[in-house]
Amino acid sequence: MDFSLTDDRRMLQDSLTRFLADKYGAEHRVKVAYEAPFHDPALWGELTELGALYALAPEAQGGFGGTGFDISVVFEALGRAMCPEPVLGALMASRLLGAAGAEQDALLSGATKYAVAIAEPDAPYDLGSIGVTAKGDGEAITLSGRKTAIYGGQVAEIFLVVALMNGKPAVFEVRADQAQVVGYGLMDGGGAAELLLDDTPAALLLADAGAVIESAVNAGIVALAAEAVGLMSVAHEMTVDYLRQRKQFGVTIGKFQALQHRAVDMLTEIEQSRSLVIKAAAELDGPEASRFCAMVKALVGRAGRLVAEEAIQMHGGIGVTWEYPLAHYAKRITLLDAQLGDTDHHLGTLIDGYKAA
Amino acid sequence: MELSYSAEEKAFQREVRDWLAYTLPSHISDAVRRGGELTKAIMEEWHALLHAKGWLATTWPVEFGGTGWTPVERHIFEEECCRAYAPRIVPFGTNMLGPVLHKFGSKEQQDYHLPRILNGEIWWCQGYSEPGAGSDLASLKTRAVREGDHYVVNGQKTWTTLGQHADWIFCLVRTDPEVKAQEGISFLLIDMKTPGIEVRPIKLIEGGHEVNEVFFTDVKVPAENLVGQENKGWTIAKYLLTHERTNIANVGFSMQALEEVKALARTMKRRGRPLIEDPLFAARIAEVEIQLEAMKITNLRMLFQAQQQGAPGPETSILKIKGTVIFQELKDLARRALGPMAAPFPGHVTEGNLMFGPPDTEHNAARYFNNRKTSIYGGSNEIQRNILTKTMLEL
Repeated sequence: MDFSLTDDRRMLQDSLTRFLADKYGAEHRVKVAYEAPFHDPALWGELTELGALYALAPEAQGGFGGTGFDISVVFEALGRAMCPEPVLGALMASRLLGAAGAEQDALLSGATKYAVAIAEPDAPYDLGSIGVTAKGDGEAITLSGRKTAIYGGQVAEIFLVVALMNGKPAVFEVRADQAQVVGYGLMDGGGAAELLLDDTPAALLLADAGAVIESAVNAGIVALAAEAVGLMSVAHEMTVDYLRQRKQFGVTIGKFQALQHRAVDMLTEIEQSRSLVIKAAAELDGPEASRFCAMVKALVGRAGRLVAEEAIQMHGGIGVTWEYPLAHYAKRITLLDAQLGDTDHHLGTLIDGYKAA
Repeated sequence: MELSYSAEEKAFQREVRDWLAYTLPSHISDAVRRGGELTKAIMEEWHALLHAKGWLATTWPVEFGGTGWTPVERHIFEEECCRAYAPRIVPFGTNMLGPVLHKFGSKEQQDYHLPRILNGEIWWCQGYSEPGAGSDLASLKTRAVREGDHYVVNGQKTWTTLGQHADWIFCLVRTDPEVKAQEGISFLLIDMKTPGIEVRPIKLIEGGHEVNEVFFTDVKVPAENLVGQENKGWTIAKYLLTHERTNIANVGFSMQALEEVKALARTMKRRGRPLIEDPLFAARIAEVEIQLEAMKITNLRMLFQAQQQGAPGPETSILKIKGTVIFQELKDLARRALGPMAAPFPGHVTEGNLMFGPPDTEHNAARYFNNRKTSIYGGSNEIQRNILTKTMLEL
């Protein structure tokens, strides 16, 4: 039993954290995250040069990491900086390309930006309700339908689209320049896109790919949950800091037990979240991955809302101003729940498991 | 990052599991599974079996007759005991007083008391809380006045767990009322047979008798029963607190309780289907299962830290809070799964050989009510939050 990071991962964590602290301060982040293209293309270049994406893929596929712990180290650092770069799409696309045995140098170097399109307007989380369908075969496959809320899609060059083929979920490559892509910014910073497919040309990457897609989603969940832990930790630190400084009634408000105990409860839920991220990361490539991913995503959804709402409340009015970075942390923490399945969705997954038992 | 046990730890786990399977008598594990009160005879039998194997004093170093185990080995042992439905040992002598005597006791105190804790000759209880000193323990008033070669003790202790079975009591007493509260407290060992001591039972919410009031009227205690220096008792109390904090998360018991809730929810029916398929009830189970899975890792993280640093840190308060809340929630779910089947007073239905609910469930309501105590004792969960405020948040 050992809960320390390996030297390699500690170096990765240090270099990423330093880079993000230097280049991606809160002020800069807020400036780039809400204006098209909803990220910083120059810093995307520097981030990828640092090897952030190589850390997400195993050696056999050209990377130098790819385990759950590599993913959680990278995304916790990204979370601490509220980084809006489209790294999640790269991670999930890498899992799909890896499963297909496809080449992914352009992805890992950051030269080509990928996004993964799963959600649909009426079924944002449900792999069982895919409506986009494939027609034709071989060189002449086309897709029709609409994909929604594709995070990072506003700048993606290649979409990996989940669509039905012969009634089963399959994964297709769609080039952005051959499809109708409607990009937009998000309330919590960063961007996404709708992908409108109307007999749009596509190349089959993986047929009958339910299990592979689930595994890519699981990797995405570990990433998001680790990001949430990074975000929540900073929001909590900011709150405790504020409790130490803000004076009312002649004392710092941190002297009030009504606030102290709530700040402790935030810490408790963050530590519980951190623990389940570790567990889900450890199980990511094992038989119980989906169960632990459902658990951790349900937990960070709950914990996240507690932390975000309490952080705002304890900051008082300043917590709901655009000017103060906490507000942006709170938004990101809260809306992260709506990516790859919210708390209720994943509770449902767990409950389905009880029925089988 | 490595979440699983090392090869040596796994071998140790196997050894413990095999020993329990071979040694733990079924009449004891059955009693634990039923969940009622355990008799002193059962506890004595179990302590003797552990002592014969050399596994009773799991927090003691080898030179005092303990196991010398690492925090992880101790955790494995506790996990396996729980899995086998072995009783928790009575902690007062072994886990609480023992480590205090190792560190603060005189040679004579160690030589006399340590072997008697191990062989069960002396059963201990703890004299800390008083009617006016609960969370604010340092305000305790039980007075000990030095007169020649002994102290004269007057006052009252309360919430004295298993005091009705104890031969001796270790007490915090006030030896100097003039100084700051923490600086006038001493740690005394008192023979319960001394004239002037009266033990009165306190009946608990579910009707059980596990705690007592202990009254002291002009009780003469030999001065050599002072542990450490006079007026330095608070240091000992704080030291003891860190030892009280092993296995504070109660992961094993909660895992057992979760399995029991699931089993009950598969047996009981609502709206024509098993209760476990009722989405409202199932969601409640899922929420607590998530917290429990998280706490397993939180517990291991803190064990790992304790192993690195030598002692558990203040963040173990997180385990006390979460551990008790999770366990209480599970006891609540078990009671609710049974509905009115949990309501009969255990032992009251004596005619007709009627069974209420599935086997081993008759104590469910009692256990639910009794376990409200867990978030109150050992430093209430509010006190734990105060500790975390000071140590982790530095507010």
